[in-house]
Amino acid sequence: MNIVVCVKHVPDATADRRFESDNTVDRVGVDGLLSELDEYAVEQALQIKEKSDNPEETKVTALCVGPEKAVDAVRKALQMGADEGILVSDEAIAGSDYVATSLVLAKAISKAGEERAVDLVICGMASTDAAGSVVPAMLAEQLNLPQVTFASVVETQGDQVRVKRDGDTATEVIGGTMPLVLSVTDQTGEARYPSFKGIMAAKKKPLETWSLSDLGVDAGDVGLSVAWTQVEDTTERPPRSAGEIVKDEDGSGATALTEFLASKKFI
Amino acid sequence: MSEVLVLIDHVDGAVRKPTYELLAIAKRLGEPSAVFIGGADQASGAAEAVKKYGAEKVYTVDDTEIKGYLVAPKAEVLQQLAEKTSPAAILISSSFEGKEIAGRLAIKLKSGIITDAVDVQSSEGGPVTTQSVFAGNFTVQAKVTKGTPIITVKPNAAAPEEGDGAGAVEEFAATISDAAKSAKIVASQPRQASGRPELTEAAIVVAGGRGTGGNFEPIEGFADALGAAVGASRAAVDSGWTPHTFQIGQTGKTVSPQLYVANGISGAIQHRAGMQTSKTIVAVNKDDEAPIFELVDFGVVGDLHTVLPAATEQINKRKG
Ligand SMILES: Cc1cc2nc3c(=O)[nH]c(=O)nc-3n(C[C@H](O)[C@H](O)[C@H](O)COP(=O)(O)OP(=O)(O)OC[C@H]3O[C@@H](n4cnc5c(N)ncnc54)[C@H](O)[C@@H]3O)c2cc1C
Repeated sequence: MNIVVCVKHVPDATADRRFESDNTVDRVGVDGLLSELDEYAVEQALQIKEKSDNPEETKVTALCVGPEKAVDAVRKALQMGADEGILVSDEAIAGSDYVATSLVLAKAISKAGEERAVDLVICGMASTDAAGSVVPAMLAEQLNLPQVTFASVVETQGDQVRVKRDGDTATEVIGGTMPLVLSVTDQTGEARYPSFKGIMAAKKKPLETWSLSDLGVDAGDVGLSVAWTQVEDTTERPPRSAGEIVKDEDGSGATALTEFLASKKFI
Repeated sequence: MSEVLVLIDHVDGAVRKPTYELLAIAKRLGEPSAVFIGGADQASGAAEAVKKYGAEKVYTVDDTEIKGYLVAPKAEVLQQLAEKTSPAAILISSSFEGKEIAGRLAIKLKSGIITDAVDVQSSEGGPVTTQSVFAGNFTVQAKVTKGTPIITVKPNAAAPEEGDGAGAVEEFAATISDAAKSAKIVASQPRQASGRPELTEAAIVVAGGRGTGGNFEPIEGFADALGAAVGASRAAVDSGWTPHTFQIGQTGKTVSPQLYVANGISGAIQHRAGMQTSKTIVAVNKDDEAPIFELVDFGVVGDLHTVLPAATEQINKRKG
């Protein structure tokens, strides 16, 4: 089996995330890392490999589109256990929207599958920065493959994939046949930490960097200037003004809480 | 005026509230045309329902042939309808399915897509959306600049507006490719009604976290006294104390109620992402340094297991 996991390098969610003056996400001034939600995708890829009849025959490739320093996201995936890594990096890609990103990913996946067809593409449920959740479906459309998204449980058997998904109105079991695009949620189970051995082994794993011309993508088809959407304005939410905080002593907290709710007409 | 396509979100023909919100937005942008993909026997009921909220046209698509095949066929239906009607925009609710449809559709129509809008207004250059990003710390105004704007909209982005539209029903026969019929729903188990308000629709949400220690009774009692929905942090969900459908935050639901009460929840950034835009925020936490207190209008430093039951009793007494 040939598995590609898409991993995104994102600004640290616990840091002070910002926008640049051109309204793109500041990816330089804020420390970046492998999107935590993509760690779950890497984990599922590794589990599918480990549980397959032929783990040695199964290859997991981590694929990232991003600036040079995004290679850290690929490295982390290699340390966790992915076999190979690919970074697609090109100045022209900066500021790309979902559509352009899915195009570049699709072309890279096609190239990665030139010698051996890709059976499974796994993504996280969303990136932790843009959080749009639409790239997996777009990628499936670009590759003309079926997609199964937001899986909370994943099972594979041969070329069959079965997932559970908790929707707003129902819990569904969805089945599909490889090749397909899968996205997994943080309910699929904790992602492993890289072991010392994994970190050492990662240094020797193949890691390639591709440019747009390697993929046959025209630089004029990607990037901020040709984005199909445009951010007009970004505004920081004003900090909430400090509220009243009381300490509960012998039941005073409950009374104060009830008074507050009544004063705001919630009771 | 151009049509604005609204994909009806429904369960076996029962139209869900977000659809009415989309229709209210569609009215601002043009002439609302609702699209029903479902059983032929359910179409007239659904058409009646959306007519009451201003649908001028209702396209009905019989789904006998595609039922169970996930979203690719629905994206093809919308593509063909869009080619026929050249709409000013296509509005879809921000559910799992809605986002998949929207994503595929954007590629098919070579159109820009905006996800998770919390507001949409018309402007000369087309619809302008508002999104809440970076865990609710920023709002972003954006526009689609190519093709037909495809916008997925969060629940509660607009108030439903009653008012009859023409509701003219037109059957639409789409051609579905075989490629679209691949991933399939094997089984589906409807979610059980909790008897409480829907989390994303409730005016008041009472949530519990790790600090409940697994005992949600004080949370539920307090919620019921206030007529509130019950929510949870991921820690409570991961511990198996509540189902994932209750989770609030980055990887759960986003809520923006009039009142949000966080109990035994520390206020991690990923939790804030799902509740930070609530109008009034209250917290009960025994740690006076818990970050949740930075957000609150009112906070009680104390043990939720004593504070909540006592407050519940007082509220019930007041209600008489
Ligand atoms: C990628 C990613 C996505 C995530 N998505 C989400 C998400 O969608 N939603 C979410 O909630 N989290 C999410 N998290 C997890 C998040 O980071 C926190 O771990 C989680 O929100 C913590 O839950 P908690 O506040 O209940 O628990 P804790 O952080 O452990 O806080 C428990 C609080 O309870 C208080 N407490 C303890 N006992 C009592 C008592 N008897 N009375 C009153 N107070 C008490 C403590 O003082 C403490 O403040 C995500 C994390 C990651 C990495």
